[in-house]
Amino acid sequence: MTGLFELLGLGASAELLSLSGWGGNLLRGLANSLQIAFGAFGLGLVIGLFGAYGKLYGGKVTRDLLAIYTTVIRAVPELVLILILYYVGSDIINKISEAMGGGRVEINGVAAGIWVLGVVQGAYATEVLRGAIKAVPVGQIEAAKSYGMPALMIMRRVTIPAMMSFAVPGLANLWLIATKDTALLAVVGFNELTLETRQAASSTRAYFTFFLAAGFLYLMVTLCSGAVFARVEKWARRGQPSLKGGKT
Amino acid sequence: MTGLKELMQPHRIVMMMVFAGLVAWCAVSLRWDWIPQYAPLALEGLWTTIWILAVSTFMGFMLAVPLGLAQAVGPWYLSIPARTFCTIIRGTPLLLQIWLLYYGLGSLFPQFPWIRSSELWPYLRQAWPYAVLALTLSYAGYEGEVMRGAFSSVAKGQLEAAKSFGMPRFTMFRRIWLPQAIRNVLPTLGGETILQLKATPLVATITVVEIYAVSSRVRSDTFIVYEPLLLLAVVYMAIAGVIAFAFRRFERG
Repeated sequence: MTGLFELLGLGASAELLSLSGWGGNLLRGLANSLQIAFGAFGLGLVIGLFGAYGKLYGGKVTRDLLAIYTTVIRAVPELVLILILYYVGSDIINKISEAMGGGRVEINGVAAGIWVLGVVQGAYATEVLRGAIKAVPVGQIEAAKSYGMPALMIMRRVTIPAMMSFAVPGLANLWLIATKDTALLAVVGFNELTLETRQAASSTRAYFTFFLAAGFLYLMVTLCSGAVFARVEKWARRGQPSLKGGKT
Repeated sequence: MTGLKELMQPHRIVMMMVFAGLVAWCAVSLRWDWIPQYAPLALEGLWTTIWILAVSTFMGFMLAVPLGLAQAVGPWYLSIPARTFCTIIRGTPLLLQIWLLYYGLGSLFPQFPWIRSSELWPYLRQAWPYAVLALTLSYAGYEGEVMRGAFSSVAKGQLEAAKSFGMPRFTMFRRIWLPQAIRNVLPTLGGETILQLKATPLVATITVVEIYAVSSRVRSDTFIVYEPLLLLAVVYMAIAGVIAFAFRRFERG
């Protein structure tokens, strides 16, 4: 039993995971991951809001282009998209910089991660928000229109608050996908949690310790966000009659 | 032929012409001369991708049925472990799970002499068993959750009717409960299978040579960046299309 104990490196793992050891690196990686996930989620929401409005109210061409965008993004693996978008993004930035007379630009890992994952998230967010907007009763929007509200004000005061309760479950899912997709950036070489973990594991040979620790960190993030989103959903549903029956 | 009529709107014809022009431009001005050299390897990689996808979805589904059943109607000592398993799988990135199994278990096994001398060792030394195991567990974790909903959505009267006919419990499960549960979730299963397809390139990071690994080898050998990736995206879209089509046929038939 003690042999197994030592084999798994449990005795030494506390020391390895201490903040002065590799634990600090893991936490820094987690901070990077969360930063990228937040940014990508935000960018995805912005793209998704415009995408959803374009798909619902846009012209024929806009609608078809958006359909191509969402279909392609959702059919191609994230890893492949990440590589394509990463190369396209760095090529464009370098071309711009050369045109302006500068040299090659060193690309910030966090910004690149946000751009790459944000475009991917945007496709999913478009679909989530489109469904949510469609679920808002048309009469509510027509009522706002008949009061003479401008389009932006209708969006701000009627559509977005009314669609929130439909959108929150899908958006919660998207946020979880965003946090987990940051791990894919390890393949491109960004210093987020998974890559830090792998580096720590391979230099100390304590694979189980570090991968389990990282898994625990990810799990904490997803469980905490689950609790947060449950509260947000409750807030978004305020005033709506409960479907559970009994108390309203 | 409403489909054809819908396609033949003026703006769509223009867009299709633009698209055809884009494809022609890609074919002419991008570099494709590497294809003949790498075609055999690419076919092998494609086969590996499809094979891993098929095996892991099948085994994952087999595992998901008991997981879903345990969560839906099982006693607490079965339902709590099942729920914990699903939460852990869904809460951590697949890449981390793959690396944990491959590097973690892979570094543990050689230290046991009896594993090294066993018949399984030639397999355990390779990467693909870990890839299949990780993908299977991941699919089972996501699907267990789906099957939980499916099992509890089957109308209770159906099961009571079967019971009142004196059907044994296993026959009832096989003839009534499972078929109805599966029929309810077929659309979800189709979507999840496409998600599983999109997860397969991750196994390239543990040296399994599937179609994604072939494209990155082309990239590192020839320094051609976009062409292999574009072709790869087209291949994945084609496979996803086939899966979606198959499930749609399945739902109808």
